[in-house]
Amino acid sequence: MEIQDRYIKKSMEDNKVRLDGRALDEFREVKIETNVVTSAEGSARVKLGNSLVIAGVKMDVMTPYPDTPDEGNLIVDAELLPIASPDFEPGPPSESAIEIARVVDRGIRECKAIDMEKLCIKPKEKVWAVHIDIHALDHDGNLMDACGLAAIAALLTARIPDYDEKNEKIVKETPFEKRKKLPVKDVPVPVTVSKIGGVLLLDASLEEEEAREAQITVTTMKSGELCAMQKAGSGFLTVDEIKRAVELSIAKGKELRELLP
Amino acid sequence: MAKVGAPEKMIEHGKRMDGRTLEQFRPLVAEAGFLEKACGSGRFEFANTKAIAAVYGPRKVHPRHMMQPQRAILRCKYNMAPFSTGERSRPGHSRRSIEISKVITEALNSSMFLEDNPKSAIDAFIEIIQADASTRCAGLNAVSLALADAGIPMKDLVSSCSVGKVDGKIVLDVAGLEDNFGDVDIAIATFGGSDKVVLLQLDGIMTIGEFHKALDLGVKGCSEIHALQKETLRKKYAVNLGGEE
Repeated sequence: MEIQDRYIKKSMEDNKVRLDGRALDEFREVKIETNVVTSAEGSARVKLGNSLVIAGVKMDVMTPYPDTPDEGNLIVDAELLPIASPDFEPGPPSESAIEIARVVDRGIRECKAIDMEKLCIKPKEKVWAVHIDIHALDHDGNLMDACGLAAIAALLTARIPDYDEKNEKIVKETPFEKRKKLPVKDVPVPVTVSKIGGVLLLDASLEEEEAREAQITVTTMKSGELCAMQKAGSGFLTVDEIKRAVELSIAKGKELRELLP
Repeated sequence: MAKVGAPEKMIEHGKRMDGRTLEQFRPLVAEAGFLEKACGSGRFEFANTKAIAAVYGPRKVHPRHMMQPQRAILRCKYNMAPFSTGERSRPGHSRRSIEISKVITEALNSSMFLEDNPKSAIDAFIEIIQADASTRCAGLNAVSLALADAGIPMKDLVSSCSVGKVDGKIVLDVAGLEDNFGDVDIAIATFGGSDKVVLLQLDGIMTIGEFHKALDLGVKGCSEIHALQKETLRKKYAVNLGGEE
């Protein structure tokens, strides 16, 4: 492993050449399919090269939080299933799974992608809770971006079930196509920039991820503004590298947004 | 609808709610080596945000499967005291504390000579005694002091502060209501007072221009913290070689 890491690093330092020959800002093929699970309110399967994740949206009714009495709530969870990699173990979510879930959550929450006020059923009493569960099925690097894309794709195709207020029950009488769409106002897209041998690149493969010094995930909005950022990895990024990473993320985020429903 | 309890204005005539200017820290307190049993300890306060940290190690690794043959492992645990917040916070790990522990550990990793102590563990524990925003920054500053106090070889100290956007203005060291009702909150940490950023987290909407300004202000703030940390250690460990005071 170490030999491979050193080789990848050296190849970057010397010639800026990637193992798979991609350009530095080139993503692997991105495939987004939506409504792949009919039991969910919305769902998406995202393939990023050989990385595969699936996200599902489920909704239920809850009491609102006291500081937002007329707004719905968002809950994001991510699971790195042992199915996806020999390195993933069964059990409670790992540090990495929690980090992915929280970075995806902040991206969606901070830009107010979901119009939460429209998810109020009765102020102070009942609001919709939107649960996004993201499961990694195959890990070949850059699960962060794959999970972020899957989450927003699932939201964009989600529809609100019927709610029987008298019996306080969710009923799904209306056929799926006729249900009201989940009110989604913005489309946050996370793009992760990795630094290897001092060179910045996008969509790191698993091998590249293992060799990388540091990475930064930048989530951008339709307007091109930033709404979330998270640096990870044990190395550092200089101020100049961060500024370049943000520019790369804005440009690629715009491209990826075109692929979404 | 705005959040319940939001103040109408948080900045007036260039002054913030607690009287500070936009680029001013709250009163800072830094101290090293005040705990008896720990190999090293540190304290860091941004006024009402108070963090302490203790370091144990290098010591045996438990569980053993975490042991690395080539280097020591660093494990930081961030914890909030239940009484540190307005409403009691549930004791024990939360998803938030696990994420913060991860980014703090990663921020410190490259500042240390971990390869000098293979097959061992360095454990660092951060306790937030009182929370008034920027707790991860205070915790990181405290733990950096504690590592130095423990005499563990380091390349340099890691220093951290927060930057925010409040009422459309970029401010240093977010506090109080600014945290709850401000537009953006950024935690940043640098290595050795330089422009090498080892931790960066941003929540909230800002333009790229605003971000550049905030990043520059944060890096500058971290270098001020770095100077204070160095001064703190120097005061504690400077040896008086005789002569006049």
